[in-house]
Amino acid sequence: MTQTPFLELALPQPVADVIVLVLVLLGAILCLSAAVGLLHFRDVPGRLHAATKPQVLGVVLICLAIAVSQRTIGGMLMGLLIVIPVILLQFATAPLSAHMVGRQAYRNGTINQRALVADEYAESKQTPPAAG
Amino acid sequence: MNFLVMAIMAVFGVAALLCVIRIIRGPSILDRTVASDVLLTEVMCVLGADMALNGHMRNVPVMLIIAAVAVFGSIAVARYVARRDNPTP
Repeated sequence: MTQTPFLELALPQPVADVIVLVLVLLGAILCLSAAVGLLHFRDVPGRLHAATKPQVLGVVLICLAIAVSQRTIGGMLMGLLIVIPVILLQFATAPLSAHMVGRQAYRNGTINQRALVADEYAESKQTPPAAG
Repeated sequence: MNFLVMAIMAVFGVAALLCVIRIIRGPSILDRTVASDVLLTEVMCVLGADMALNGHMRNVPVMLIIAAVAVFGSIAVARYVARRDNPTP
């Protein structure tokens, strides 16, 4: 009996299928929770809070599912190498857009002022001239 | 197995529908921006789910470009939306 090379070791087909389906289903449920949060909360920072975090986790889970669906260990490593830029870009850009939208919501007056516990922007009500 | 695929499709569909409802009803333009951002990320998730379930890698460039470019939409809207700097109470 010859030993198969390490990179050629493969998950059995049904096991890989079940893992992929469960990961994709978890990612889909996280997307659904973000959408439910969009409908549930009342002002822009609340919706932002519900929208940005579960989405990124859902993308990570689905990217893991893409890697697992290759079945062999070499294929999984290759798949991880391919999907890691997507995850990194998502991690880099989601806080950026959330920060811009949240600050603009504060300046626009579309947030519920009475729900704030601490208001650290209050002293700098005047927008600095070069601020975005 | 088939039941799980149907459940995944139903969950994605319901999530997209809720996002569209928020885009239609959103009281301010920032609500619509946040909802459309969520919808765009969900399109990314659907492309990835298609790749994972059918076992191919053809959608990776589309996912990469959406992940890189999606941020500019919200930043542009947040930058140029009309601001009321000193609201007189």
